[in-house]
Amino acid sequence: MIAQVTTLGRLGIKLLRDYGKAGILLFSAICYPPNIRKGLPLVFQQIYAEGVLSLLIIMVSGLFIGMVVALQGYHTLVKFGASQQLGPLVALSVVRELGPVVTALLFAGRAGSALTAEIGLMKATEQLSSMEMMAVDPIRRVISPRLWGGFISMPILTIIFNTVAIYGAYLVGVKWLGLDAGAFWSNTQSSVDFQEDILKGIYKSIVFGLVVTWIALYQGYHSMPTSAGISNATTRTVVYASLSILGLDFVLTAMMIGGW
Amino acid sequence: MDNLVEINHLHFSRNDRPIFRGVDIVIPRGKITAIMGPSGSGKTTLLQLIGGQLTPSKGQVIAAGKNVHNLSNNELYTLRKRMGMLFQSGGLFSHLDVFENVAFPLREHTNLSDEMIRSLVLLKLQMVGLRGARHLMPSELSGGMSRRVALARAIALDPDLIMYDEPLSGQDPITMGVLLKLMRTLNDALGLTTIVVSHDVQEILTIADHVYVIAEGKLIGKGSANLINEDGSPQLQQFLNGWPDGPVPFHYKAVSLEQDILERSGL
Repeated sequence: MIAQVTTLGRLGIKLLRDYGKAGILLFSAICYPPNIRKGLPLVFQQIYAEGVLSLLIIMVSGLFIGMVVALQGYHTLVKFGASQQLGPLVALSVVRELGPVVTALLFAGRAGSALTAEIGLMKATEQLSSMEMMAVDPIRRVISPRLWGGFISMPILTIIFNTVAIYGAYLVGVKWLGLDAGAFWSNTQSSVDFQEDILKGIYKSIVFGLVVTWIALYQGYHSMPTSAGISNATTRTVVYASLSILGLDFVLTAMMIGGW
Repeated sequence: MDNLVEINHLHFSRNDRPIFRGVDIVIPRGKITAIMGPSGSGKTTLLQLIGGQLTPSKGQVIAAGKNVHNLSNNELYTLRKRMGMLFQSGGLFSHLDVFENVAFPLREHTNLSDEMIRSLVLLKLQMVGLRGARHLMPSELSGGMSRRVALARAIALDPDLIMYDEPLSGQDPITMGVLLKLMRTLNDALGLTTIVVSHDVQEILTIADHVYVIAEGKLIGKGSANLINEDGSPQLQQFLNGWPDGPVPFHYKAVSLEQDILERSGL
């Protein structure tokens, strides 16, 4: 009995210690941002590595998700004679929920895992230690630009995902199923509110961007410096980031709908 | 004699396992000091303690007259600019080529023009014989070349102290010869102070001025490279001569073989 309580206590302390370390990492990365002259190019490099290189998967996924939602939605709406409402259905689903959530999940799988593996490998091959010994702070030089890169990339990726998904719905609804293009666009335009729908989706993506990048960087920076340690850390990044995205999505939606 | 580093009564533990139990070491300025010991004896940890990457549980490390572990972050980083460290794996940045790896500390800590940085980097690469390899990526280098590039990077800011972590491990005899020559030449030509951590006993003894041998958290031998071989301690003799059995036993701690076999057979 005592042994079980001890184990539980030890696990609790480890958990709190991990949260503390993650908090310190985030605090250091935000409070010591890269300086303008040397740091800004590093942030741009990271926007390229995390954002631009994720574009293909985001755009292809966005296109197919928009097409599938349109196809499914059309067959339901047509039963009620409301097929002209296909545009608003897809646009609202994508802009409010699917866009931010699916983009963040894809970002966690594509860029988050790459970040963890990269930082873990830098640690295992003593690149971070050698940086420290050259009097260069790895938090400022390596972690901070990556955090800002993810933070900036995610909302932009979400906007691109939303745009491509709505275009996918247009292809299926108008070009394939023969809906009227004018009705499709005008119904969409009149139903989607910039402040209520689009901006709230973007706010979610900003939070997801910060959380996914934070988890990925923490897992990489505190991974065991071995090949098994890096692979475990990469797996943890994808699992923790995905669960955090889905959990936070509910909380944020409740806050936005409930008007908190 | 003037000492660049003084380690006094150092204690350090990792995961409740004691690594050092009261170690005293002095590193004389301008000399090559070798720190040797079996694998797992904490040699690399000692370099990390000198560099301020780890903090001792007791005792102090004084480098260039300053207690390393009482310094603020900024003071520690200023002190580190006067230290160069060559890591076991080289620690080269895999996304930068050889030239940019050597230029990295110069770009980070100076406002020199690109032309000046180019000249300095080429001079450092010339010293290690790799000026012609400046466009190669770290993945294209052999183990020995990686260490030479890392050495050029470690001396880029002209430090007072250079620390080598297992520079010879896994190297062929020619590369070993090259690295040994470089360590000696750079120490003498640039007026450096060198600490080299290794268990390649015979090779390191050819260049070291002073030797410390660590085992089980304590010093088991110290002295000049010529005299250390004459020390009578059995533990030291086993290490220096590479005997498979002795104070460090061949067999891992276990019950007797007979007892183990009988227990298995259920007799």
